[in-house]
Amino acid sequence: MKKRVKTKTQLPLKNRWLLNIGAIVFLIAFIFIANQFLDSYIRRILNLCAIYTILGLSMNLINGFTGLFSLGQAGFMAIGAYAVAIFTVPLEARATIFYLEPMHPAISHIRLPFVVALLLGGLLAALAAFLIGAPVLRLRGDYLAIATLGFSEIIRIVFTNIQNITNGALGIKNIPTISNLWWTWGIALIVISSMVLLIRSSYGRAFKAIREDEIAAEAMGIGLFKHKVIAFMISAFMAGIGGGLFAALLGTVDPKQFYFTLTYNFLLIIVLGGMGSISGTIMSAFIVTIGLEWLRFLDEPLSIAGISIPLFRPGLRMVVFSLLLMGVVLFYRKGLMGQTELSWERIIGFFKKFGKKEGSQVGGDLSE
Amino acid sequence: MTLDAQTFMQHLANGISVGSLYALIAIGYTMVYGILRLINFAHGDIFMMAAYFAFFGIAVFHLPWYVAFLLVIGVTVLLGAGIEKAAYRPLRDAPKSSVLISAIGVSFLLENLATFLFSGKPKAFPDFPAMTRVLEIKGISIQVLTLVVPLVTILLLFILLFIVNHTKLGMAMRAVSKDYEIAQVMGIKIDRIIAYTFGIGSSLAAIGAILWGMKYPQVSPLMGVMPGLKCFIAAVIGGIGNIKGAVMGGFILGLAEVLLVAAFSSLTGYRDAIAFILLIIILLVRPTGLLGEKTAEKV
Repeated sequence: MKKRVKTKTQLPLKNRWLLNIGAIVFLIAFIFIANQFLDSYIRRILNLCAIYTILGLSMNLINGFTGLFSLGQAGFMAIGAYAVAIFTVPLEARATIFYLEPMHPAISHIRLPFVVALLLGGLLAALAAFLIGAPVLRLRGDYLAIATLGFSEIIRIVFTNIQNITNGALGIKNIPTISNLWWTWGIALIVISSMVLLIRSSYGRAFKAIREDEIAAEAMGIGLFKHKVIAFMISAFMAGIGGGLFAALLGTVDPKQFYFTLTYNFLLIIVLGGMGSISGTIMSAFIVTIGLEWLRFLDEPLSIAGISIPLFRPGLRMVVFSLLLMGVVLFYRKGLMGQTELSWERIIGFFKKFGKKEGSQVGGDLSE
Repeated sequence: MTLDAQTFMQHLANGISVGSLYALIAIGYTMVYGILRLINFAHGDIFMMAAYFAFFGIAVFHLPWYVAFLLVIGVTVLLGAGIEKAAYRPLRDAPKSSVLISAIGVSFLLENLATFLFSGKPKAFPDFPAMTRVLEIKGISIQVLTLVVPLVTILLLFILLFIVNHTKLGMAMRAVSKDYEIAQVMGIKIDRIIAYTFGIGSSLAAIGAILWGMKYPQVSPLMGVMPGLKCFIAAVIGGIGNIKGAVMGGFILGLAEVLLVAAFSSLTGYRDAIAFILLIIILLVRPTGLLGEKTAEKV
């Protein structure tokens, strides 16, 4: 892959720090204001944005940065979501939820604080990734895609069948919900920053080397299997955390939510954002989440001047969604960012260019 | 746990007939993979569309069955070749992951399109009394269909093997799957050969869908997902790229599912997981599948 040669000069360190701090302060202020003044529907969408960012990054780590085509995200999410659901549901509500078959006595009296349950979910997902990774990560390309997809289906099938732990197809209700933005956004920020640190570390460089050329990477002394397992486990951990937040946001889990088509949402996010770009993933997580909400009008019956248009009926939204995925893959293969990252220089450059265009329209060159 | 001879024979017959259905669909996967090195994720959904076409032909437009079946096969072939042209051909030189994503996109699109057009509610596939009639042979009751399906599969397998091994088209297909670029240099029109391959795979999927509809008389937008995944697994078990292997894998998978569930009734809920566990085992023990050739990774 050819990288664009950077010709633009970097900003001085001091300015960059000021901008970074400014952005963080702005973000905190935004979350505070959003928490205080926005209605629950918009808060919910913003929460979803943060969760999809985490899941998009988790998917991008394995697919975009390490170049392993994995489709198991829904399964890892399910593990995280169920961990949170099982361990945070109030003890007194359990008897009514598990009315078909009582909860297994080993876990029926354990209640964990949300953070602990969330971490436990992530760790369990990572453990599952370790167990499944040992056999499947030796596979190449598309075999891996099928094997991970199969794994995510197995998880779902198992969760549907172990009635006394997951309550089977009925799912678990009454999970204490989180409705403010601090949890999701705080965790999303932690995930984003650890992701940046990870990609810049020697591990991150090893992941990228594996993506570019496995054989060359191996020849350079990178342990392929070890690094693949590490990437897979971290990705699963993040997916588990995302799943746990998802469960706490919705307040209910059931196996049908984690059908493998859920993974396609994150696939669209990373394809649109750019396979191998953190900032691209964040941007497209927002675009996709908000877009999917906005497209809901397509499912509503629509009538213009009294004539109802038969095209608008439930299902159209998903047709448009899949057409979008196809369109991006066919005509816009690099996505928003490709493999590059957003930087202050780039933003400033963009606005300068924009300003120039505006300026030239009025006849004078204002910027120089 | 205990099985007497009669129930065992009944399950065996059932397993063979399920296996032959898997085999029909698995051939489509294996042929496309052999030529393009691509998992055609949309294959299961082409199968689903074919079932809908059959439903509409017979139950809605009341066509005689032979006209309807020919039409279904024809339309499905066009659909398969059309998908190749629209979604895979533009990406011929793109990285493999892009093509795979495109395949997933097509699959997702077909599922959503079917939900949108035909609604998510399952529809009843028309009944064929001649096929669903139950025969009594030595105390074993068997549907006519259970006997017909393996016969159709074997017949089609022989026709297909004849095409691949003894016709010019088949020779071109083998050449393209051996080396794509050299085949092009030798004057083979690759795009046409690939389109034919998709057409053949889709026609088998269409026949499979018609037989499937007779066996499990229900048509729904997501009916192709599980058979699709399982048949890909069947193709991997047999050795992907190998037509005989795909049929063998289909039989193995069908028999394993039916017999395991029959022997251990506690496994009923896990029926769909058997295929994936089989996949992981086969990939560990013999990654090239039962009949697959070993290929060295080129630098």
